[in-house]
Amino acid sequence: MPLLRVDENGLWCEPGGFHIDPWGPSPRALITHGHSDHARPGSAAYLCAAPSERILRLRLGPDLPLQTIPYDHSITLGDTHVSFHPAGHVLGSAQIRIEHRGEVWVASGDYKVARDSTCEAFEPIRCHTFITESTFGLPIYRWHESAEIFDSINAWWRGNRDAGRCAMIFGYPLGKSQRAIAGLDASIGPIYCHGAVERMNQVYRESGVALPPTTPTGEPKRGADWAGAMVVAPPSAQGSIWMRRFGELSTGMLSGWMRIRGTRRRQSMDRGFVLSDHADWPGLLAAIEATGAQTVVVTHGYRNPLVRWLTENGKHAYSLETRFEGEALESEKRETEIAGPE
Amino acid sequence: MKAFADLYTALDETTKTNAKVEALVSYFRTVPPEDAVWAMHFLIGRRIKRLIETRKLVGWAVEEADVPDWIFGDCYNAVGDLAETIALLLPPPTESTAKPLHYWVEERLLPLRHWTIGQQRESIVFAWREMDEQQRFVWNKIITGEFRVGISQNLVVRALAEVAGLPPEVIAHRLMGDWVAAPAFYAQLIAKETEDADVSRPYPFFLAYPLEGEPSSLGDPSEWIAEWKWDGIRSQLIRRNWQTFLWSRGEELVTKRFPEIESLGGLLPEGTAIDGEILPWRNHAPLPFAQLQRRIGRKALGPKILTEVPVVILAYDLLEWHAEDIREWPLEKRRAQLQALVDSLKNTGRIVLSEAVPFRSWDELAERRHESRNRFVEGFMLKRLGSPYRTGRKRGDWWKWKIQPYSVDCVLIYAQPGHGRRASLMTDYTFGVWDNGELVPFAKAYSGLTNEEIAKVDAWVRRNTLEKFGPVRRVKPELVFELAFEGIQNSPRHRSGIAVRFPRIARWRDDKKPEDADTIETIRAMLAVH
Repeated sequence: MPLLRVDENGLWCEPGGFHIDPWGPSPRALITHGHSDHARPGSAAYLCAAPSERILRLRLGPDLPLQTIPYDHSITLGDTHVSFHPAGHVLGSAQIRIEHRGEVWVASGDYKVARDSTCEAFEPIRCHTFITESTFGLPIYRWHESAEIFDSINAWWRGNRDAGRCAMIFGYPLGKSQRAIAGLDASIGPIYCHGAVERMNQVYRESGVALPPTTPTGEPKRGADWAGAMVVAPPSAQGSIWMRRFGELSTGMLSGWMRIRGTRRRQSMDRGFVLSDHADWPGLLAAIEATGAQTVVVTHGYRNPLVRWLTENGKHAYSLETRFEGEALESEKRETEIAGPE
Repeated sequence: MKAFADLYTALDETTKTNAKVEALVSYFRTVPPEDAVWAMHFLIGRRIKRLIETRKLVGWAVEEADVPDWIFGDCYNAVGDLAETIALLLPPPTESTAKPLHYWVEERLLPLRHWTIGQQRESIVFAWREMDEQQRFVWNKIITGEFRVGISQNLVVRALAEVAGLPPEVIAHRLMGDWVAAPAFYAQLIAKETEDADVSRPYPFFLAYPLEGEPSSLGDPSEWIAEWKWDGIRSQLIRRNWQTFLWSRGEELVTKRFPEIESLGGLLPEGTAIDGEILPWRNHAPLPFAQLQRRIGRKALGPKILTEVPVVILAYDLLEWHAEDIREWPLEKRRAQLQALVDSLKNTGRIVLSEAVPFRSWDELAERRHESRNRFVEGFMLKRLGSPYRTGRKRGDWWKWKIQPYSVDCVLIYAQPGHGRRASLMTDYTFGVWDNGELVPFAKAYSGLTNEEIAKVDAWVRRNTLEKFGPVRRVKPELVFELAFEGIQNSPRHRSGIAVRFPRIARWRDDKKPEDADTIETIRAMLAVH
């Protein structure tokens, strides 16, 4: 009997009596992180890692029945011991370790191993069974050093500033945006943020994450001069009326999918920057290896190639169908609703 | 190689012509002639024949990346391009390279044919190890003979002209014919000395304004001649110094694309320049323009296409005669000389005079204008007797009196944002017509609405989006527009089975409901008229 299995509401742990990131109503929901495909409303009680609290309350409501637990602290749930450990994905993101009669499983939610100054670094946890995502589970997905990516974003911004244009980057309001903002060189010009991004910046700052100063784009002002500015916006703002006020714009998308030229070109953006909050192929393999797990359960992404690869490399691996989405290019409808109008 | 890969990226990242030319200029200004000449070679679409089988490249890449064969297929499916898949799959470079483009081409690529498979593998794999992803991608494109970048030869010519400080025609002329990619050729290409190019230089074309209103405003019909307004490629055929030059109106030398016309040129007296139109032509009549499009853009013209789409030059005017510039001669004198010249060449079947259509009154001419569509022409050109051949677009002596375009009522079915200043506005539209109760995509149009209408459509699209595919939105089929277009043609490549020429929005028909839009049968009937 596996410690975790999928029922109609999500990943269910029978001996612990809880779901992890349920998509349906659950008596007890353990949440790995605040993205909308993992943190959904409708459950009776929530538990998350302490640094995730503000994000969940912002997204699911201030009165959410939510308890928190610091990283690396164990609690007992039913017949299991449960602890949360940094996943390196976004602020407060966690892998959930479950121990039941000596057997250890780790559900990693979404994770990345690349450097990110805006959240706690991924921490490998030894386990028997590791549940991994596979968003970028092909060897063509390999990220460059963060510093290199930020250099190219800043160089592009500088070029736009010198040409008297406004630069606009699109990234998820939670996580991706703050990571990008932290990498921007504020000496180039002012940084403005769409309301959805700015609200999340606030949460990050309150949690002690250092970000360069940003200004909400706010209500349109007549004659405002956006030339030379950088604007950070959610992907749902692409092509929106909101974009109009900025005059001449150069646009850039932040996404791991930007590694593929065809995808880059189909986005109708001037630039694509390969920046992801998920692990690349070498990252996935290294993370899996570091757990020492003999069994690997592969969820959302390129499940089949990763399962086959792991099997050929001596692991017991199988694929599990979930409703997690990984890195979507189009922002989700839910995301739009949360982003809301300014 | 890095400079060339950066140039490729810069060209790939913009749709703006000026930005492309700028990138080309700064590239050519910084690299040595040894590299510039190869860059030019690839940029204008010359290929090196593929020297390595794709299968081998994939095998070596898979070994180098230390991944199983099967995963290459998954990767290729995610990427959709072989050269790119290999570039992304390979492990990061182990060393960085400063070796220039000409080294890679001359020392590592061209000798491949003389090497054993082992040596070939070593050359390619070692190259990969030194290159970053962008360089590998460009390199893989070159070695697979598939290097392409979205620019025309004309843009390269413009950039080189700027670098050389010479008129573009000089560069275009020097690029003509056979040349080998050697630094000496490049030096000669941008050399200041221009005597060679004067030989080929065309006269500026005289362009007509559209006649708005009735021709009676032009006065006495006996002061005018009328010619059919042909729809082909406006060109100038020049014979000087025992050489033939055919220039398109875009100041592009197209001599090699029309071998029939080039050989005709050999029969012209020294010092001749003819203004005319290249047309696909059979049995004393033009073929549809789409037939000519089959020839344009082809690098190699096989006997099949030359037989299927023969061309003629339809002669409009004579600009130079016996090495004398005769543009100031009155129209009738130039035409008489042109007529005599065309008559003497009649038996070639390659040149036809654009006949004057006789008429006594404007009403009579208006009557004859109804024949336009059946003749595959766009209406009339009206030219004032006694007038000189002027330069550029001038009012007064030449007018184009075009027939009404075709028009069809269509329903807006997809919309997507434009670029640059229009990046936040839905300005690119796809229109559908009815086919058995279903709307099939029929044409795309980007222009024709006022700014105010664009704003209204934009707002409507946002409220009525049914689905989003990337930037493209499927909208509620509700808005009806009248589309105008010039030509119509069967096309197996389009879902509606029909392709149209120059579609644009004539007006927003907010008086019509989607069910009032035209059906595919109506449009097929237009096609059947021909």
